[in-house]
Amino acid sequence: MTGALSKAYFFLIGLFLAAPMIVVAGVSVNAKQTLAFPPKGFSVSWYGEIFLNPEWRNALFASLTLAVLSAALAVAIALPLAWFLWRRIAPWANIFQLLGIAPFTLPPVITALGLLTFWATTGFYGQPWTAVVSHAIFFVTLPLVTLSLGFTAIDRSLVEAAATMGADDRTIFRTVVLPLILPYIVSGYAFAFVLSLNEYIVAYMTVGFTMETLPIKIFNALRYGYTPTMASVTILFVATAAIIFSLVARFGDLPKLLGAMSSDDT
Amino acid sequence: MRREAPQKLSDYGPLFFPAMMLIVFFVVPFATMIAVSFFQRQQGGFYVPAFEFANYERFLSLFFANVLGFSLMLAVTVAICCIVLAVPFTYLLTRMKRKVQIVWLVALLSVLSLSEVIIGFAWSTLFSRTAGITNLLVMAGIMSEAKALLPSFGAVLTGMVYQAFPYTVLVLYPALVRLDPTLTEAARTLGASPIKAFFTVVIPALRNTITATLIMVFIFALGSYLLPQLLGRPQHWTLSVLITDQAIYQSNMPFAAAMAVFLVLVTLGLVALTVLAGRKGEAA
Repeated sequence: MTGALSKAYFFLIGLFLAAPMIVVAGVSVNAKQTLAFPPKGFSVSWYGEIFLNPEWRNALFASLTLAVLSAALAVAIALPLAWFLWRRIAPWANIFQLLGIAPFTLPPVITALGLLTFWATTGFYGQPWTAVVSHAIFFVTLPLVTLSLGFTAIDRSLVEAAATMGADDRTIFRTVVLPLILPYIVSGYAFAFVLSLNEYIVAYMTVGFTMETLPIKIFNALRYGYTPTMASVTILFVATAAIIFSLVARFGDLPKLLGAMSSDDT
Repeated sequence: MRREAPQKLSDYGPLFFPAMMLIVFFVVPFATMIAVSFFQRQQGGFYVPAFEFANYERFLSLFFANVLGFSLMLAVTVAICCIVLAVPFTYLLTRMKRKVQIVWLVALLSVLSLSEVIIGFAWSTLFSRTAGITNLLVMAGIMSEAKALLPSFGAVLTGMVYQAFPYTVLVLYPALVRLDPTLTEAARTLGASPIKAFFTVVIPALRNTITATLIMVFIFALGSYLLPQLLGRPQHWTLSVLITDQAIYQSNMPFAAAMAVFLVLVTLGLVALTVLAGRKGEAA
């Protein structure tokens, strides 16, 4: 009885999560440029449109470049910080941990507006690289959290053994710490990458008038009416996110990354 | 190697780059925004340094009282809906096989990572007249003709719950997955039904977690900047939407900044208040 009840509950939640995507997927295969569901006719040309139409292709390219670079910068900021907090006892340095978590915790409009006023004041407003820095700061929380988790999972006796054998900090980091922390670096990067790909408000407020990322392009297109390309881009986004997170789950321990104990304990 | 305090100046080396980046590109922009909130607006979207409270005085109007009231009410409603849906869901999820959990977690993360533009677009399609669910109801013969379900408050609420639900589950997940399973087992042994055990054992054990999650989801919902605009009418606009509107379309940066500072203060104030209330509740 309760088993059936919980199955029904999971089905309804699953339906709720999937419903908009089912409709959008339906819309994306319309034969003509209409927004109809159930779709009238069948065509995958709207998926080709993403790559063939120069406007959509440029937006796709801009989004990918932004996500690749900003996620890398976010990891570059988070890794030394997480390492320092794990290696040293310096209570005041925790303030930087807090600063790293704040941009993601506060309402995004606030971070976006702060960066907008900053870039406008310093005169760099609209330059493409400002979006990379802005996204890296906005998403630094994600690699910071996964890396902090990864460092606490390291067995300190391994490091101690290496130190007793005469290895210095640099050697220990390269030969012991880095291989252990690598899965967390990858998943932190993956989280930051996917979120940067999808991010709208920070990108819009920093480079919205000079460059179009995919979410900005979708929003601008929305204001001039619908095209099925928006639907196909949406499905592309969902699929990309699902594939990347599945890969993280395949090569790492996703439940553990999200706070569960490791699979050996359960 | 034990953790040790930094001994030499060079021990601080690794901290230099992250600290510099966070200070220059987060603390300084935040301070710039606060400074701009006191600046004077000029015609044509520019502003000049000044120190005046004019931007803040504009809050003291009925219009802003209404917007603020609506924003808070909407965020609280979204948070409560999400908690009610997510607590039983997450509890059941953590009791499932690890493989099944992973599938659900991947799905939740994928939805969570969607931008508000995409969520807004997807729901406006689902609620639209031409491509909406009402078409299915017409086909099934339940409704006579398709109609648009937006813009409406219900559409805004649905979109925001959709956006915040995966976040709620992922915030609750660590606490629930670590919940001692013997607690419910004991209740079951003593004859409680699974549902009764859930309400009398699991929920009370998680009281603090649920309160903390409620605050986090509330702040998350307060930050929604597009959904009220895409799915609702102008009276459904929240503070976040107005900030974006003033900054981008009205080019009134000082006023937008003042509202943003105000939003930070309201957020922090409510968090402090809730934490305080929680402490008192525990002491009593």
